[in-house]
Parts: sequence; structure tokens; C-alpha cells
Amino acid sequence: MSDLFLSALASGLMLGGFYAAVTLGLTLAFGYLNVVNIAHPAFVLLGSYAVYGVNARWGVDPVLAGAGLAPLFFVLGVAVYSLYQASFEAREDESLRGLAFFFGLMFLIEVGLILSYGVDYRLVSAPYIGPTVALGAVLLPTRMLVPFLVALAMVWALQLYLARTFTGRAIRAVAQDQQALRLVAADPVRIKRLAFGIAIATACIAGALLVVIGPVEPSMGRAYIGRVFAIVVLGGMGSAGGTLLAALVLGLAESITSTYYGPSWSPAVAFGFLLFALAVRPAGLLGR
Amino acid sequence: MPKLVSNRRRSGRWARAALGAVMLMLGAAVPAGAAEPIRIGFGMALTGALAGAGKAALIAIQIWAEDVNAAGGLLGRKVELVYYDDQTNASKVPGIYTKLINVDRVDLIVSGYGSAVIAPAIPIAMNYDMVFMSLFGLATNDDFGYDRYFQILPAGPEPRIAWSKGFFDLALSLDPKPRTVALVGADAEFPRNAMIGARVNAERAGLKVVYDRSYPPTTVDFTPVIRSIQAENPDVVYVASYPPDSAGIVRAVSELGLNAALFGGGMVGLQYASFEEALGPLLNGIVNYDFWVPEPTLKFPGIEAFLAKYQAVAADAGVDPLGYYLPPFAYANMQILGDAVEAVGKIDQDALADYIRSHEFETVVGNIRFGPGGEWQKGRILMVQFQGLKDNSLEQFTRPGTRVVLLPEDWRSGKLITPFAKARP
Amino acid sequence: MRTRTYVALAAGLVLAALAATRVVGNDYYFFAGYVVLQYVVLATAWNILGGYTGYVNFGSAAFFAIGAYTTIALIRLAEVPLYLSIPAAGVVCGLIGLAAGYLTLRLRGVYFAIATLALAIVLETFVANWDFVGGATGSIVMRPKEAPLFDSYVKFLFCVMAALAVAAVSVARYLETSRLGRGLAAIRDDEQAAECSGVPTLRLKLLSATLSGALMGLAGAPFPYYVTYVDPPSAFNLDYAVNAVAMPMVGGTQTWLGPVVGALLLGTLQQVATVTISSELNLLIVGLVLVGFVILAPEGIVGQVRRVLARRRR
Repeated sequence: MSDLFLSALASGLMLGGFYAAVTLGLTLAFGYLNVVNIAHPAFVLLGSYAVYGVNARWGVDPVLAGAGLAPLFFVLGVAVYSLYQASFEAREDESLRGLAFFFGLMFLIEVGLILSYGVDYRLVSAPYIGPTVALGAVLLPTRMLVPFLVALAMVWALQLYLARTFTGRAIRAVAQDQQALRLVAADPVRIKRLAFGIAIATACIAGALLVVIGPVEPSMGRAYIGRVFAIVVLGGMGSAGGTLLAALVLGLAESITSTYYGPSWSPAVAFGFLLFALAVRPAGLLGR
Repeated sequence: MPKLVSNRRRSGRWARAALGAVMLMLGAAVPAGAAEPIRIGFGMALTGALAGAGKAALIAIQIWAEDVNAAGGLLGRKVELVYYDDQTNASKVPGIYTKLINVDRVDLIVSGYGSAVIAPAIPIAMNYDMVFMSLFGLATNDDFGYDRYFQILPAGPEPRIAWSKGFFDLALSLDPKPRTVALVGADAEFPRNAMIGARVNAERAGLKVVYDRSYPPTTVDFTPVIRSIQAENPDVVYVASYPPDSAGIVRAVSELGLNAALFGGGMVGLQYASFEEALGPLLNGIVNYDFWVPEPTLKFPGIEAFLAKYQAVAADAGVDPLGYYLPPFAYANMQILGDAVEAVGKIDQDALADYIRSHEFETVVGNIRFGPGGEWQKGRILMVQFQGLKDNSLEQFTRPGTRVVLLPEDWRSGKLITPFAKARP
Repeated sequence: MRTRTYVALAAGLVLAALAATRVVGNDYYFFAGYVVLQYVVLATAWNILGGYTGYVNFGSAAFFAIGAYTTIALIRLAEVPLYLSIPAAGVVCGLIGLAAGYLTLRLRGVYFAIATLALAIVLETFVANWDFVGGATGSIVMRPKEAPLFDSYVKFLFCVMAALAVAAVSVARYLETSRLGRGLAAIRDDEQAAECSGVPTLRLKLLSATLSGALMGLAGAPFPYYVTYVDPPSAFNLDYAVNAVAMPMVGGTQTWLGPVVGALLLGTLQQVATVTISSELNLLIVGLVLVGFVILAPEGIVGQVRRVLARRRR
């Protein structure tokens, strides 16, 4: 039975790592920029389809395709944020409208995908989809392992960027004190644009990981909205490490529930957890 | 004060004009001319969860209309299709069917695809006493008991049980006899129904259920589920799943391995070309339900001609390129309606219902006769095993021998390879 | 608008609805009209918490669905008739609104929005696993053939929904012009300042959430009779959540008239599109309209009209 437990543990961790990759962009957007980007999972789906397109047409490895397309998504992120900034933040408007904007954007992305690709499920092929790696008595499918490792790399890279580079630290500063930021000759708007661009670029890579793990179809993003926000809130709103921790917790919760109590209840467990956490400790696990 | 009054009068006139314009737009325009076309109305899933299959079904229905019109139409009148997108959303259905009947004034109606959109349409069909040919709903008429409902799904009487009965019959034919079974399915309409039937069949077969759980449709990774199942060491594993979970489960089973003698049963999606292509040899050994496969025992008259026409337009339309699963049945559904109209000689819902109830029809999916409740009198859910798949080409699925029919006996085309692992290289 | 005028208008509309059922024979318009009126209730309910108080609810579908499932549960339990299950649904959903509010309204507005999303998922999972109401398999509810005083049950449902719409809008209007409404507006504009001025913010927010939830439950209560087949994916459909946000945004969130205008406009547009354009473009409409209005006309139609009128008055 302990083999089963170890397997559940491994599955949970790998799943959690993947969830972290999907959530990273939201940690940036929501945690640091206070932009409630509900459309983030839709951007991830967009990434999945872009990667699928490249993989189906030219046989490019999905993860590499994701990395290669990320700059395009960066530009997209900058564009979206500029529109958002001009329409809402510049006018000092309620975040209510910003929310509605992203809601509408989410819908538009979904429809765009349906119009371009139809509603059928799409899968990619790669040499690491299928084989397993044995770690003692536990079998780890590389289909889950590779996304897990890529996700860890993403978290580490982002953490490093935010801590070591000037722009990275500026991003962390912009949430706390915009005035002080101006004093060190950094334009807050430019910094925020950069941050949001990075956020959407990570969505592209996360999309690549998503389509490696399983088939995708345009409305799949909706199932992730709740998950990613739960992770961001639990993770302390603006801490890449916190995001990873929270994502791993969620992944483990789903996996253990799935293995021992039956999978039906895992969504409820995960989100009940969030509701309780919100009520009791809104600052999250590694609070700011 | 006078100004207010005149404003109101003016606005009233505009309102009436607008209402009139809207009604004109929404109303059906009756074409002037010799013979009015026969209009057949339906909702179909062109967007939403089942749109992939819905669009394929629409193509099949359109091919039927073209075939009929090329041969002179029905009762000498051209057939015209009037359809709307039901978005795979039950709440759209009542509006669509009342519009079709009351505003568009269609002569005949047929259903959309799937229980979720068939069930809401039945009360409307009942209200207007119309014949209702239905496309793939599992036991949707059970609560209504409508006697003008006919279902093209080859489930037969007791559809929930018939769904998995073949699978359990195969289990009983194994030597040594299996003793334990694991049941797993998605938390969604069809899989839940299939699991209900599977439990009954398991009990009748005298198998002990060692695992009986369901998972939420949004599950990403199935390795925990498969591991839990493997931990119980069942002899037989029955799965009732929808397309994305089917693919996930097949992948997880390939990665972890499974020691069962028999695996599969009610996995939707493994009949779709896109999944078959992507999963390829991972499907070997899986015994699953199907309705029609290109085996030599199932060469019904007209099926090849239909598939040729369908495949010619399918690739461009972005739907299943092979079209073995739903399209032939959508075509057959219309064939029955058309044949009944020709035989009865007029559009009379009473007479049509009586005719359909009491006659056997020749269609592209074989001979069909309806029994009580509108289901097939004799079910024909095939139990098919994937064998000998070598790579990820779609072409191999068009050849006989890759999906061997094991049951029913009348259409068997090969032998079962067991245990499950033996069929996988 | 003076109260007398409003009451006359409201009474007139109900009478118009009743008259329509006598004059118009075609059931289709009542099926379509029911949905539009349903959205009037949903949009108005949403706006109480969203527009008046400033707290965005993304889980409107959950309250709507629980309203519908309350009806189903009561039918299965004791064949409870519609006129009893409507208030029951209101009470149940009001309690859920209160509970959700109590858990999360002490936090920032954004957390509340996320919590409503999470709540929707939890509730959907719960209902999907509750076999008594059909669970994931769905539930069939027979629509009675006959209705008292009307030729068809749909006409009866249409009038019921018209009455509910008038009731919801009346509640919203009363709230808006009352002291409570001013308290809510204070919370919306600057919660900290309101707190400092002695406004009992938590109590008002809880009231707002309870009322909003209850009204959404009312919108959902007759739904099973309308659609006859209810399953979690259709009842908890994201479309309800999106429309509940979009309609007040388009119409205007500051007054009771905004959600009404938004619901009538967007709702009718969607109904017409279902039977005309009828394709993926349907979904495009909601998205484009929402984004367009939010960017270009943040005060909604009512806000824009008011601005034009104010300019003309000068």
C-alpha cells in the first residue's frame, strides 16, 4: 500500500508543478500588478493551440515550440496591457470594469479558437509522450515528468529574474510604491507593460505543457480559472515560490483524494480549501 | 402635456412597425411555385461540447437531402432543411423547436445530437403530436413514454443495460472465468448511465465489484486512478468515459501497464478519427463499443457510397474525416423518415407514426425495426477489439482487421485476444 | 422617476404580459420572452451586489442553478408546486449568499470575486454528486400540459417570470432610493471612508449579498419547467455568469434601469441570433459587446443617455 501512497505523492507533485506553470503568469499579473486577468487560462489555451499548430505542421517539439513562440505572446501581452491601461487604469476606473474587460476577452479568445480550429480535441506527438521512468517501485510517465521539470525551471528562472535584475526588482517595486519607482528613473507604466508581457509569455509555455499532458479543446480554459486563482491566493499573491508551494499542495490534494477517496470530490476539496483559507488567512501561505 | 401625448402616439407607431418587421424577418417565407418543398426542421450542436459530432451529423443529413432531391424528392416535392445551432445547450432547445413548428411551420422534425438536447424537445414534439426521429440519446424516452419517439441508437430494449451487456458476455466467455471487475466512469450524463447498466450486468454475471468510482470530467492526470485500479488487481476493467478522459486513460494505461484480462467497454471518443490517429498502437487490445466498423460482415447496401460522399466533404469541413461513428446513423435516421413518407403518401403524423412503428426499414446501417418505447427491437451494440495497429496512420483504420467485431454473434469477424496485455506488442 | 409613475409602469407591464398571452397564439415568442425576462431578473440581482455595492460576483450561475435544483429537489421530495418552490428557492439561495458573504466579504472586493468562482465549482461538484436530484445524469421534469387560466404552460411561465422581473426591479429600485442604498453607494465609492463615517459596512454588504443571491435563486426556480431536462453543465453554464455581468455593464450599473435595458437588449439580441445567424458568431456577440461597452461606454447605455440629456438641458 505504501507503493500506492508514493505513487499518489509523485503524481500529485508532478501535477502541482504543472499547475504552477499555468499560474505563474497570473502571479505576475494579479499578484504584482493587481490586474485580475480572468482570461489567463484562455491565453494558456491559445498557447496550446499555437504549439499544436506548429507541431502538426512542422513536427517541432512542443516544449521548444512553446519557448519559441513565447516572444510573440510577450508582444501580445504588452498590447493587451496597453489597451487595458489606456481604458481603465489611466482613467482611474473601478477594477470592476477591468474584470468585465477580461471576461469579455476570455470569451473572444475562446470563440476565436473555435472559429480557427473547430471544437475537436487536438493532441501533439513527442518522444516523451508514452514512456515511463521508474523511480524505485514508482512509475513516472515522462508525459507528466517533462512538464514538471519545465515548470520548476520556469519558477526558478522567474524567481531569479525578479530578485537579480533591475527590471525584475522594478516589477516587485511597482506594486508597493510607484512614486519611489519614478524616483529611480523607471517608468511604472513601462514596467507594468513588461511584466504583463512576461506573464502572457509564460502562458504560452504553460500551454505547450498543457497540450503535452493531454488533448485540448477551446473551452477547457474555464476549468482552470478557479484552480489558478486558488493557487495565487493561497500562494501569497506575488511570490513565485509561494505559487509553486500552493500549486504543489493543490496537486497533492487532488491526487490523494483521487487515489483514496474517489476522484469525484477532488475539485470540491481543492476549492473548499481555498474558501476556508480565504476566510481564515487571506495573506496566503507565504504571505506578503 | 400635449407634446407628451403626441410623443407616445408616435412611439407606438414605430413600435408596431418594428414588431411587424421583426415578425416578417422571423416568419417563414413560403415560396411561390408549383410544389411547395417539404421542410424538415431540427436543432443541431454546431457549437459547444458536442459540436464535432454535431457538424458531422449535419453533413450526413445534408447528403441525405441531396440524394433524395436528386432522385426526385419526397412525394415529388423537394426536401428543404431548416436548422439552428442548439449550442449543445438544453435551454436553447424549447425555443428552437417552437420556432420551427410555429413560426417556420416545418412539416417534420428530427432531433439534435445527444440526450441533453433530445430530452427537452420531446415535450414539444408531444405537444404538437409530431413524429420525433432521434439521434443518439440514451434512454431519453423513459420518463416520457412518447409513442411517436424513435431512436436510431442501436441499443435495443433496456438501453442502459444493453450498453455494456456485450462486454460482460465476453468476460463470461473467457477461460479461466474472471471473478472480479473494476468500474470507473466520468461524472457526466452518458457515463453515469452506462455505469448503472454495468453494475447490473456485473451482478448478473456473478462478478465481484472491487472498484467502483467516478472522476470529474476536468481530471487532467489519470495515473492515480489507474494505479488505484491496478492495486485491486481486477480481472476485468469496465470504463465509461468521454473523449478527453478516454485519451487520458488510454495513455495512463499504456504508461503504467494493466494486468486485466479484458479492458474497455464504454469509452466514447475511441471511435473518432482524431483520437485513433493520435493514439494508434496504444489502442491495441482495448475492447470497446462501436456501432459500425469497416468489417466484411457489416457491408450494408449503400454504406460505402454514403461514406465516399461524406469523406469527400469531411476533411474541408473540419469534422471527423472517416465518419464511421455518427454520420451513417444520422443518414439512416432520415432514410427511415423519408421511406415512411413515401410509403404513407402524405405528411400525416398519425399515419407516419403507425407506419414507422410497424415496419422494418432497409438502411445504410442494416435492417431496422423499432420496438416498444421507440428503441430498436433487437439491439446491435458491437463489441469491437482493436488489433494489429502498427503506427499512427489513419489509413489502417479504413482496412478490416484493425477493429474486429466480437459480438453480437451474427456480425462477428474475428477472435478475442486475451489477456489485454497480449494484444500489445 | 416618481414612485407613482413607476408603479403605473410596473402594473402596466404585468397587464401587458397577461394580455400578450391572450393575443399572441404562437408559443415561440413566450419561450424566447421567458429567457429575456429571466435575464432581467439575473442582471438586476447581480447589480445589487455589483453595481450598487461594488462587489463583483462571477458565480451567478451557481445561484441560478441552485434555484433550479431547489425546485427539482422539492418536486422529488413531495411534488411541491411552483408557487411554493419559488419562494423556497429564494430562501435557499439567499442563505447561500449570506454564507458566502460571511466567509469572504471581510476581504477586498477582488477576493470576493475569486471566492464566488470557487464557490460555483464547489456547488456544481456537490450537485453533480447528489443522486437524489439526478446528479450528473440529469433530471427530467415533466411540464404540465395544462395551466390554470392560460392555454399553455409556457404562457403561464412567461407571466410568472414577468411578475418576478417586476418584483426584482422593484426591490432594486426601492433599495437604490432608500437609506440602505446610499449606504451601499458609500461602500462602493470608498469603503474605508464609509466605515469611518459610521456606515455598518459588513452588515450592509451581507444584506446586499443575501438579496442578490435570493433574487438569482428566484430566476432559476421555474427553469426546470421551462427546459424539462436539467443537468449540471447546462444549469451551471458559464453563459449565465457572463451575461449577468455583461448586461448591467452594457445597460449601466448605477441605477435599476441599467440592468433592465442591458438584459432586454443583449437578451433579445441573443435570442434573435440563435434562430438567425446560428453559429459560433453567437458567442462572439457577447464578447465583443461586453469588451466594446466596457472600454468605450463605461457608464453603460443609461449613463450615456443621461449625459446626453444633461447636455441638452443646458
